[in-house]
Amino acid sequence: MTVTLTSVPDIGSDPAASLRRFPFPFRTDTYRYSTNVEPAGKQLETAAGGWGDLIVDIDAHYLPEIAQRAEILRRDPTRQAGAAHMRAAEWDALLYVLGQLARDYPHTMRLERSGRTVSWSNTLQGLSVDFTYGDDSSLPGGPLGFLGTQMQEDVALLDQREGALWLDSGVVTFAADWSMGFDVGMRFLEIHGPVPRVHQEGIIARAQQFMMRLQPGEAYRRTNWTMGLDGRLDTSTETYPEWGQDRTNVIHDPALPDRVHLRVEVQHIIRLPHSGAIMFLIRSYLEPLSALASVPAWRETLAHVLQELPQDMADYKGISKYRMQAAAWLASGQ
Amino acid sequence: MSKISATITAPENRQAPPAPVLRDALELVVSAVVPRTKNIVSVHFRAAGQQDLPGFVPGSNLAVECSGTGGRTKTNAYSLTGSGTFPEEYTISVLRQDDGAGGSRHIHGLRPGDRVRAARPRSAFAPVTTARRHLLIAAGIGVTPILSHARSAAEWGREAVVISVHRDGVGPHSAELRKIAATNPSISFLECDNRTDFSQRLTRILRQQPLGTHLYVCGPEQFMDDVLAKARTAGWPGERLHSEAFGQAELDPGDPFAVTLASTGEWIAVPSGRTLLEALEAAGKNIPNLCRQGVCGECRLGVQAGRPLHRDSYLSDEERAEAASIMCCVSRSIDPEMELEL
Repeated sequence: MTVTLTSVPDIGSDPAASLRRFPFPFRTDTYRYSTNVEPAGKQLETAAGGWGDLIVDIDAHYLPEIAQRAEILRRDPTRQAGAAHMRAAEWDALLYVLGQLARDYPHTMRLERSGRTVSWSNTLQGLSVDFTYGDDSSLPGGPLGFLGTQMQEDVALLDQREGALWLDSGVVTFAADWSMGFDVGMRFLEIHGPVPRVHQEGIIARAQQFMMRLQPGEAYRRTNWTMGLDGRLDTSTETYPEWGQDRTNVIHDPALPDRVHLRVEVQHIIRLPHSGAIMFLIRSYLEPLSALASVPAWRETLAHVLQELPQDMADYKGISKYRMQAAAWLASGQ
Repeated sequence: MSKISATITAPENRQAPPAPVLRDALELVVSAVVPRTKNIVSVHFRAAGQQDLPGFVPGSNLAVECSGTGGRTKTNAYSLTGSGTFPEEYTISVLRQDDGAGGSRHIHGLRPGDRVRAARPRSAFAPVTTARRHLLIAAGIGVTPILSHARSAAEWGREAVVISVHRDGVGPHSAELRKIAATNPSISFLECDNRTDFSQRLTRILRQQPLGTHLYVCGPEQFMDDVLAKARTAGWPGERLHSEAFGQAELDPGDPFAVTLASTGEWIAVPSGRTLLEALEAAGKNIPNLCRQGVCGECRLGVQAGRPLHRDSYLSDEERAEAASIMCCVSRSIDPEMELEL
């Protein structure tokens, strides 16, 4: 293993830029569950800009979010889970992601491979490392642990067998009200057991069917959304005692528009080329209502969506306590 | 070898040129042709351009396009023999079948430097990652996907027992399999040159495997049926048995029926012995398709009225029951008339 660390360039931070690239998820004034998948890599225009041209996205939060992931894993190693039979999938996932980064960020990332010997350099982290594909000891943290240090996205790897998909490996530090440690080893259908409506409507079964038929190299994406408070990324089940109470104390807080964030997940669904595993990349974007409201079309749409959302869906998303206040603030146009 | 043949005939009078059979195809060039036995040849392909060849899942096949005479375009899918990890070339091994549709003769006629188009490798016979052991059984040219599995097992240290059955005294890939077994303690290799000997050994081997072993078999239909039946008799659960068909039994010609197209009201007859896909193509419709064997799922069409006679292996049981779609390359109609969303 050769790891070299050098000085890191400043990638800066620009709040307007993050709003321009925010993946605003609503196309109409109401929201219902659907199998909303589309091919990956297609740029989508929004009222503020656009997003979606890249599968692995680096923004101004790159270094802080990666540092945050490392700190979460240090406190709670169960956010990373793997299994011996997923080793090939983990290496496959690593090389796929590093390949995407090198292609899309050629000025800062470089990947070179000769047979199974791989050289990776990431100048954003001042990192340069040589490793051997398939040799877990050649890379700090092994393939999965290392993967989690190179991108902001959470990753979950699903194995396909016995006519089902199984969540058998991943690094998920920014879960929106679920737990990687609890769900690992479950089938895709079991993991989605608690989601209201989707089973009667056959949405989850259709999604699984769709994923099981993806051919190697095919990449799709979907968005999902919820609300969160204070820009907190880690709302895993494990840390509920730290953030659960905020859902109540925000209701009458005059700072509600700055505290309540729309949280959008861009999920990429990729059939990995060598192992045939399904890779889920989950990237979470947060913007406070006060920032979203600067885009009039978003303010209006989000106000409608929150106000109209059926109660069972609001309950499942954990936003029932404050969503009407949030909708009212947006609608008031302050 | 899994071999799936497809033939499209472009009628002289069609106005638009036929849609390419392969979408997003790879441009390949033959880099080597290696005779294996008197009627089996291995063909190696490299990328025609600078780009890397896509990796593939063990047991995948490569659909190779060959342009024949008279405006005919064919694809034949052959198992890739590599492990699939960072392939520098794709290698297939093909048995010459002089009474076949011509695909194997075309492959045997390829020479270094020839260019061919191929679909991206498709996975349909993948190893089960959680298997405690992989029992890999091949007959004749069916050894090709088994070799791919064995190479992958060697790369990842998976436990495997490989059995190759062949008649001519020379297994087409026995030398490589022997070498893999000799250099990887987790892999063993057995060769049988007659079916009786194999049958006796198989009975014993099936009873000796640890729980959690998965069995994979590729060879002629009858051979696979025999192996799978023996395994069931020995108490193997169905989920641990995997087979890859080649030289698939011909489907019966079926009864004649007719379809109407919902968009135009056009009426198209489908005689016995002709597939719905062929009938639609003859009527000038371009239907995306790949395997023409009811496997790949490309040629799915929506059904508005009438009951499909499903003969594919693609649709799920629920989708069959719904009767809202049909794989037009193999399936037909129970009713004399059917209405298609087309």
